Amino acid sequence: MFAAGETVRVKDAWPEAAGPVHIRTPHYVRGVTGEVVRRLGAFANPEDLAFGRPAERIALYHVRFQKGAIWPEAKPDDELLIEIFEHWLERP
Amino acid sequence: MDKEVLRAHHDLGGVSKFMCEKVDIEPHGLTAFDREVDALRQMLAAKKLMSVDELRRGIEAIPEEAYLRLGYYQRWIRSITDHLLRSGVISEAELRAVLEAA
Repeated sequence: MFAAGETVRVKDAWPEAAGPVHIRTPHYVRGVTGEVVRRLGAFANPEDLAFGRPAERIALYHVRFQKGAIWPEAKPDDELLIEIFEHWLERP
Repeated sequence: MDKEVLRAHHDLGGVSKFMCEKVDIEPHGLTAFDREVDALRQMLAAKKLMSVDELRRGIEAIPEEAYLRLGYYQRWIRSITDHLLRSGVISEAELRAVLEAA
């Protein structure tokens, strides 16, 4: 469980390299550090739903990133806000 | 520059080559084909034969060459067909018979 304002890092994991998966964490935020803005609720894990498997409900967060941390050519104070499931987040 | 990563071919967000391509923002009407594919997907969901997540997973599983060549709803029907064949709702013989009759 993460609180608003907490610093988090998206796991630098690449399950797509190991076989068929369905994941909602875009490649460009993996391994990047951001800040939790809010918890959006808990939702059935699409990684399991996509394969017709029973799916656990997992917390989903709005996480804010400085765009410069992702794309060096971005304006430094531009922000990116995206939804990321809890199991993709870790404390840096 | 993009990081050297193992991104899947459908994971296109933020890939720098698209920064140089003009974004098509014109509205596009739906064709009869598009509507039919959408209706089919809604029927399959109502009958609990296929979820949106399964649709997305099937789209992502289309090999890169076909993925880039196919249009939006063509990817849908490819995913739907793969799913129905895999789950045994339809057989290859049935699919072939319908396509040949069309």
